[in-house]
This record gives sequence, structure tokens and C-alpha cells, in this order.
Amino acid sequence: MLKDITIGQYFPGSSPIHRMDSRVKLVLTIAFIVMLFMAGNVYALSVGVIFTLVSFLISDIPFKMILKSLRPILLIIILTSILNLFFIRTGDVLWEWKFIKITEDGVSTAGFMTVRIICLIVGSSLLTYTTSPIDLTDGIERLLSPLKKIRVPVHELAMMMTIALRFIPTLIEETDKIMSAQKARGADLETGGLISRARALIPILIPLFVSSFRRAEDLAMAMECRCYHGGEGRTRMKQLRVHLVDFVAIFIVAAFIAGVVVMNIFF
Amino acid sequence: MAVIKTEGISYVYGEGTPFRKVAVDNVDLSIDEGEFIGVIGHTGSGKSTLIQHFNGLLKPTSGSVYIDGERLWDDKNRLRAVRFKVGLVFQYPEYQLFEEDCYKDIAFGPKNMGLSEEEIDRRVRETAKLVGIKEETLHKSPFELSGGQKRRVAIAGVMAMEPKVLILDEPASGLDPKGRSRILGLIREYHKEKKNTVMLVSHSMEDVAKHCSKILVMNNAKVFCFDTPANVFHRAAELESMGLAVPQITRVFNRLRAMGCDISDDVYTVGFGRELLLKKLAAIKEAGR
Repeated sequence: MLKDITIGQYFPGSSPIHRMDSRVKLVLTIAFIVMLFMAGNVYALSVGVIFTLVSFLISDIPFKMILKSLRPILLIIILTSILNLFFIRTGDVLWEWKFIKITEDGVSTAGFMTVRIICLIVGSSLLTYTTSPIDLTDGIERLLSPLKKIRVPVHELAMMMTIALRFIPTLIEETDKIMSAQKARGADLETGGLISRARALIPILIPLFVSSFRRAEDLAMAMECRCYHGGEGRTRMKQLRVHLVDFVAIFIVAAFIAGVVVMNIFF
Repeated sequence: MAVIKTEGISYVYGEGTPFRKVAVDNVDLSIDEGEFIGVIGHTGSGKSTLIQHFNGLLKPTSGSVYIDGERLWDDKNRLRAVRFKVGLVFQYPEYQLFEEDCYKDIAFGPKNMGLSEEEIDRRVRETAKLVGIKEETLHKSPFELSGGQKRRVAIAGVMAMEPKVLILDEPASGLDPKGRSRILGLIREYHKEKKNTVMLVSHSMEDVAKHCSKILVMNNAKVFCFDTPANVFHRAAELESMGLAVPQITRVFNRLRAMGCDISDDVYTVGFGRELLLKKLAAIKEAGR
């Protein structure tokens, strides 16, 4: 039940995209988003669509997962297309009924926007599908490290992220156990009104808090025992390195961005 | 009549994912009333998963569970009633304590049963006495107590529901030897006094051998055997190949037999072994004279 919740959406694999450096992936994802918004016409956008499709094919992520990533934003997609469909009133009229008027411009803009949003979500979810949360945090830490100069505690923030990610499954398991234990004592979690349900959470939340604090203390102790003293002068077990794949990927993205620019100019 | 009966229950974790794991595989069991049953098996053999079926916390993927002749999961609204009939004490039960004092925590289960104030009071005081929690401790916060005391309060919380069947998942784990024997002693006491069915999940063969009338051995999600201690420990070689050890005293006697000593092979408690050895020594002395 609770175990079915996936944290992040990392889908392990060994495709070239999986093997890329997380920093490069982060930057390229941003470049990809910029590329989509640069596209000013159908031809330019189709370059973006091709890029999305190709990356997905390379990544080896099952098609089912794409649909899963699109489900939460389905409403937004529908809403934007409806708004565009009905409220753009320029261009040739295709269909008219009382005050509703659907124009050619409306249809094309709706289609354009929908495709753009889908590409945006699919492309950027590729980042989280192919990068484990820990790698991602590592990448973010490295990318943000210049901010250390203006005293932003980048390492500490990243460490907090890492610890939080690490303990989410543990906490879920713990919650599951405590829930079972209280249910075994007849706690009723499923029925009743809002207030009685909220009250039914007390026997679960209190033990959960208590054990979280205990765990935090233990972890702090364990870290101190191993002489943890923050990010200064700290070396890494896993060095992030830019490999050939990354250069190829950078080159490909650059080529596609150039493609979008060219399409924008010529059509 | 069997108080717990299962018909071919199986439980699969993560069906349809790459993490699919069969935790309980086609288990048929029949447990009679008033028995004291030990459940053993190495880590991951499915014992914890199995016992969670007995009070309707887990729904078997296939097969059915009968408690007192009533089939579980036919009527979901009856599940809570079943949970009062089959009390389950989880591993490290002290992590479930949450009330401001021990009294209220022990009273949590009985209160959920909808009992009267007087009945709740009687049960709390009675079980507290049974597990050796003093009157003044009852009004302390559970978080102030020692590990062993917390454990006993938590067990009392389930006992106070006066379930027909009491199931305990490794109630003595993580305690020092004194705490261990105290917990196991009070469980035996409880069994003697209430004549209820008790199921004790344990890693320790010694504990199981000492207390139980029957032993259920789980291996690889299946029931390996369900028999009296004598018959179970008779299969020492098989148990050892599964990564389970027979009690040390049984090993001593098996070794003696292997060395050519003519002595019984169904020794599994130290007391009985001692008696036998003394008899044997007396006989040898007699013969030597």
C-alpha cells in the first residue's frame, strides 16, 4: 500500500543517457526547455519533437512511463487547448454556434501549445527517469557551488537533500509498521468523519516523530564519529567526470538548437 | 476445533514488478485452541508475513484464513472484530507507544473495543500486574521507562484486549538475557493462566524448545514442518541445512550418540538432559561397582 509510492521516478538502466554526467544532464535539460520556447513555428517545433522522441528512444524508458509522467498534467493540457481553441478569434472561422467561434488560428495555436507542453514534460521527466535522486543532488550541488562565494550553504543544503531522500523509504516502512501495529490494537483509520480521522492519526504520528528524532540523533552521532565537518576540503567517493557521451550529447543538443534557430529564420 | 485454519494461502509482494517476491507459498495450517506454538525460520522465511494474515492485516493473494471457523475478508467490517480476537504483538512493540502515560497506552486497545470504563480499568490493572508493571509506573510517561519496561507495557497493551489467540513476533529481541527470560517467562505465565492459544515467533531454538507444545518451521515461504518439539528436533540435520540450529543441548546429545554413547536422542531442554545424564552416570557407577 504505502510501499507503492515511488520516490522520484528513477528507472535504472544503462543507456547512454543514464551514463551521462548529472551536471551535463541538468544543463542540457535547461537548454532543451529554452529550445522549446525558442521554437516560433511548426517547423521549428517539429525539430524539438524529433529531439524529444530520439532522446526517449535512446534512454530505453518504457512507453508506459511516458504516459505516467503525462497523467498529472493532463488537466493543464486540456485547459490550455480549450482556452486557446475558444478565445483566439483571429483567422478563418471554421465553425460557429451562437457566441462560440472556432477559428483556424485557434486550432493551430491549441495544437502548437499542446505539443509544446507534452514535449516539455516528457523531455524534462527524462532527467528524473535516468538520474538517481542522489546523483541529481550531487549534480545540483556542483552546479551551485559558485554560490558558496556569496555564503550560500550549498553543501549543507545538498546534504540535507541527500539525507531526506535516503530516509524517505525508511520512513515509509516505519509508518507502515506503526500503522499495522495500531491497527492490530483496533485503531480505526478508515471510517469516521474528518475530525475522528485526524484524531486517529495521533497514534501513528507520535511514534513516527519519536523514532524520527531518535534516528536523527543516531545519524548525527554516526556522522560525527566519522569526523564529518561539512563540505570544506571534503573529497568524494564518486567523482563526477565529463566523458565522451557528455560531449556527444552537448554537441547533439547544440545542433538541434541551431536547427530550431534555422527553422525560425527560414519559415 | 481449530481456532486458526488456513487453506492454501499465498502472499506475493510487489506483484507485476521486477521486485516480485513470494513471501508465503501455499500454506495449510490448523492450530488448535490452547496450544503454545513456536514459529521458527531464518530471516526472510515468511514467518512475519504469515502471522499478519491471522488477524487480517494482510489479505492473502490466494487462499483463505479461518478464525474460529469464520472466513476472513468475506466481510471487511468484521476485520476489526477479528483483530480483537487475535492479538498481534509486532517486533519492537515499544515503538508503537504514544500515549502520555502507560495506563492510557495499555487502555488503547480495550477502548477501541468499546468496553465500559470499569472493564477497561480492570483489564489494564490486571495485565499490568501480569507483566510486572507497578501501580506507580502506570502513571509515568512510556518514554521515561527502560527498554525492557517499555516492551512489557507494549505487550500488555495487546494482552489487555484479552484475545483468544496471542501472537508475538520476536518479543525478546534486542533485550539483555535477564530481560529476555523475564519476557518469555511472563508469556508462559500468561498462557498458563488464561489457557489461551499463544504463538511465539523466535530465532532462539532454546526458547522455543523450552516453552512450546508445538513448533512450526518455515523455510523459503513454505511450512517445512509443524510438529511437537521432539519430532522437529529429530530432524537436526535438515534443520541445520536450512541454516537453523537445533538447541545446543540437543547437539550435545547427538554428539554423545555419535561417539557411541547409548542415550536418548529427543533431548531438547537442559533440564531433561541433565536428568538423563545423571541417570546414565548413576547406571555407569552401578555397573562399575
